Amino acid sequence: MTNHWVDIKNADLVLIMGGNAAEAHPCGFKWVTEAKAHNKARLIVVDPRFNRSASVADVYAPIRAGTDIAFLGAVINYLLTNDKIQRDYVTHYTDASFIVKEEFAFQDGLYSGYDADNRRYDKSSWDYEFGDDGFARVDPTLAHPRCVLNLMKQHYSRYTPEMVERVCGTPQQKFQQICEMIASTATPTRAMTIMYALGWTQHSIGSQMIRCGAMVQLLLGNIGVSGGGMNALRGHSNIQGLTDLGLLSNTLTGYITLPHDREQDYEKYVAVRAFKPLRPNQVSYWQHFSKFFVSLQKAWWGDAATAGNRWAYDYLPKIDKLYDMLQVFDLMEQGKINGYLAQGFNPLAAAPNKAKMTAALSNLKFLVIMDPLVTETSEFWRNYGVHHDVDSSKIQTEVIRLPVTCFAEEDGTLVNSGRWLQWHWKGGEPPGEARTDIEIMAELFNRLRKLYQTEGGAFPDPILNLSWPYIRPNSPTPEELAKEYSGRALTDLVDPKNPNNVVRKRDEQLAGFGELRDDGSTASGCWIFCGAWGPTGNLMARRDNSDPTGIGQTLNWAWSWPANRRVLYNRASCDLDGKPFNPERPLIRWNGKQWVGADIPDFRIDDDPAAGVGPFIMNQEGVARLFARTNMAEGPFPEHYEPFESPLGYNPLSRNEPRAVSNPAARIFKADREALGNVAQFPHVATTYRLTEHFHYWTKHVRLNAITQPEQFVEIGAALADELGIAAGDRVRVSSNRGHIEAVAVVTKRIRALNIDGKTVHTVGIPIHWGFTGLARPGYLANTLTPFVGDANSQTPEFKAFLVKVEKVADASPASGQKS
Amino acid sequence: MSDMTRRQFLAITGSGLAGSSLALLGFSPGPALAEVREFKLSRATETRNTCPYCSVSCGLLMYSLGDKSKNATASIFHIEGDPDHPVNRGTLCPKGAALIDFIHSPSRLTHPEYRASGSDRWQRISWDEALERVARLMKQDRDANFIAKNAEGLTVNRWLTTGMLAASASSNEAGYITHKVIRSLGVLAFDNQARV
Ligand code: SF4
Repeated sequence: MTNHWVDIKNADLVLIMGGNAAEAHPCGFKWVTEAKAHNKARLIVVDPRFNRSASVADVYAPIRAGTDIAFLGAVINYLLTNDKIQRDYVTHYTDASFIVKEEFAFQDGLYSGYDADNRRYDKSSWDYEFGDDGFARVDPTLAHPRCVLNLMKQHYSRYTPEMVERVCGTPQQKFQQICEMIASTATPTRAMTIMYALGWTQHSIGSQMIRCGAMVQLLLGNIGVSGGGMNALRGHSNIQGLTDLGLLSNTLTGYITLPHDREQDYEKYVAVRAFKPLRPNQVSYWQHFSKFFVSLQKAWWGDAATAGNRWAYDYLPKIDKLYDMLQVFDLMEQGKINGYLAQGFNPLAAAPNKAKMTAALSNLKFLVIMDPLVTETSEFWRNYGVHHDVDSSKIQTEVIRLPVTCFAEEDGTLVNSGRWLQWHWKGGEPPGEARTDIEIMAELFNRLRKLYQTEGGAFPDPILNLSWPYIRPNSPTPEELAKEYSGRALTDLVDPKNPNNVVRKRDEQLAGFGELRDDGSTASGCWIFCGAWGPTGNLMARRDNSDPTGIGQTLNWAWSWPANRRVLYNRASCDLDGKPFNPERPLIRWNGKQWVGADIPDFRIDDDPAAGVGPFIMNQEGVARLFARTNMAEGPFPEHYEPFESPLGYNPLSRNEPRAVSNPAARIFKADREALGNVAQFPHVATTYRLTEHFHYWTKHVRLNAITQPEQFVEIGAALADELGIAAGDRVRVSSNRGHIEAVAVVTKRIRALNIDGKTVHTVGIPIHWGFTGLARPGYLANTLTPFVGDANSQTPEFKAFLVKVEKVADASPASGQKS
Repeated sequence: MSDMTRRQFLAITGSGLAGSSLALLGFSPGPALAEVREFKLSRATETRNTCPYCSVSCGLLMYSLGDKSKNATASIFHIEGDPDHPVNRGTLCPKGAALIDFIHSPSRLTHPEYRASGSDRWQRISWDEALERVARLMKQDRDANFIAKNAEGLTVNRWLTTGMLAASASSNEAGYITHKVIRSLGVLAFDNQARV
């Protein structure tokens, strides 16, 4: 979230699209209700299902799964052609005025530079034009035909209301009504918030859907203001935190990217990440990259990281390509991965194409499970009848399963959607011999280190030299670790302007990332968390819920990254002179000497507005990018592409370009392409979702939840049920080209048939929560059905739009499916 | 707020509540206090925690018996929403409201187990055996497959044949040390549950 949960109450308009907060994030949805009740807010829900968020909406519009860019692109078209944009904001706070290179082009669904053989782009033309002074060229009058705003106008002129109806199945009148409501927030005093979740991310064009939403918000001046923002409702309690901490193939902590093979030279590695300003006077905060990086290396390798060895640069693995989950399971299926550790994660259930996942896990030499619960993954080798039919004797994988504590049995922090790090406390003992993840990782490491000490082995240096200053080496405390990722001074730090002034004593905790240095005198394991445990103690444990301004800014409750700031880009809530656009809900303002207000300013505290520094201080431009330059895989502007399994088989926006049917830059492995189904065999569009009574694959182990939603079902519209002769409560078989599930049919008016380009398309809803372990009735893993293809940028699998066929099961014996 | 609930009364009079600005003292608690369950709650230890499911991250109050003294095992018997928490203000959804059954689920794992190649069953093992085996398997694989230099002779120091998926609900502290350990080994096949 750019904003946070409580801030939703400040919205004048709420758009929920690509999510269903009322059911998936119920206690957060409360703030939508609050906005409606006390801020006269209106709620729009756009979703393939009339879900519970929709049931309390002022306007609901149906949409075909996977066509959100067609919808949002047409919203952009509406705003631009009707001049419903916040002009000052767009002119000064976005790159609307930047001039794009002449070579940049778009035709028939493809951008300039497409390399069809490798399914990627040469992006050299996707950039601004630069002047002799090295800065990007701009035209503040917005008249230049190649300025970003005019290119956008041109790009989205194809996205008409008529096209929305044809591609999305949304009636034009509904669409028009929604556009008018959204446009009402182009005034400086009205704000719309956008709330989305996996309904946007789990598409082969998911990142661009989100980007398209952000572009709408920028045109309206809704980013950086209270009641506005792009608000991702994260699906798991600490997925924000683990991503912030960089637990991904290609990142280190705090969004630092790992070096590539060709980056052998440390200086160059730093130089390309220390982004220089593209316009005069801009902050471009990533210029400080070397301070973040060196402080991380000092936290990890201590005295072994020196200027002489380029801060242990060679200790880091260099990356040749992305080893995301999909790539790794594909390699595993090919027998190229030997060992795997699954910590609190159930990939057999959570990753696409269960048959492929079972084959992959069966090819491992060893699998290590760390979990509080009996996951399907940990029992993938065991026969569970129709729900998981394998022959144990043929599976050679050695499995070691380790019992882990749960939340209630440990201290520590999680990061919520609004970026708050909140400390929690242990309240009970774990069952049996269960241990914490920390203890398991620590003891495993110490055993490995001992083996390397006594026996030697491949490149032992980073293992032998890893900094391990914990009082009990096999059981570091959460406090020790929190202090380490926050950061401390390694020597007395003196003020560079006055060497007699010691600003931090040696070993003192640092107050924030502004204190980090790149000479080895500071250590911070995660620069964006720096200051969470500051010189005054653990700020994440603070519990003062006072909200002095009444707009939900509880700055003394827990701690928020970065720098305890609650609304990102909040400088953009003020005009060029530093006066709040909306005097009713000011976040910050310029008082003549400095920035003050209800939030921590996202700006240098004493930067006079007259200096013309842009509000988006992390960007080289100083302003927000409507034009993504080379940052996205499939193009600088979001373009609609069909899901990899499309009910049309063509892209209505570029009818004659077969290479642009689905995302031209998405990676898909050969066997997975062959496993795609077509509309002739699988005529129905499926979309997966969560129920309010269940959480992922965990709560089927929880008695109360297993009672409230005991049995697997699928949701089908009344029209499709009629067509197939299915009554509510019948058992149905849902198949894709990768497998089938059987479940009870819930026949509903919540899903309506859509008319797409002259043909009727039915949607099938597939709740995900059942499996073959747990207390609920055994069911099929929903990912038996899903395709093994991901978003071109994030590799998030396409779970929200794929093709299936629904049939009534003739002989519905209730015993079938039970474990024998 | 004249109707003070049992929970609010306990929250402000009981232990463990520092720094809240909800100044409710001065009101007398309602008759609910006389109930039997109240008595049990009032001698329980109250601990603050966070719901481990979705990232609304509702604040929780957990009540346990056993006084945290040495040799006494604290067992949680009741969980409810934290009324002081600025986001959930005491509410919990059907998932959070059932958390007590997650803690005490019969599916909780209680000891390390081992499944041998081709076997159809688990066998119980000790932590010592389990961790020694994992360390040995990892070292064997790393030593056999570690890539110090790529085909062009560039230093790459990576280990591609063992991978890890990290938890979605583990704490930052667990995530941080997991990353530190895994990256020191040179692992690149490393991912978390952000996408699914
Ligand atoms: S109680 Fe419900 S809404 Fe609150 S964090 Fe837990 S799952 Fe999310």
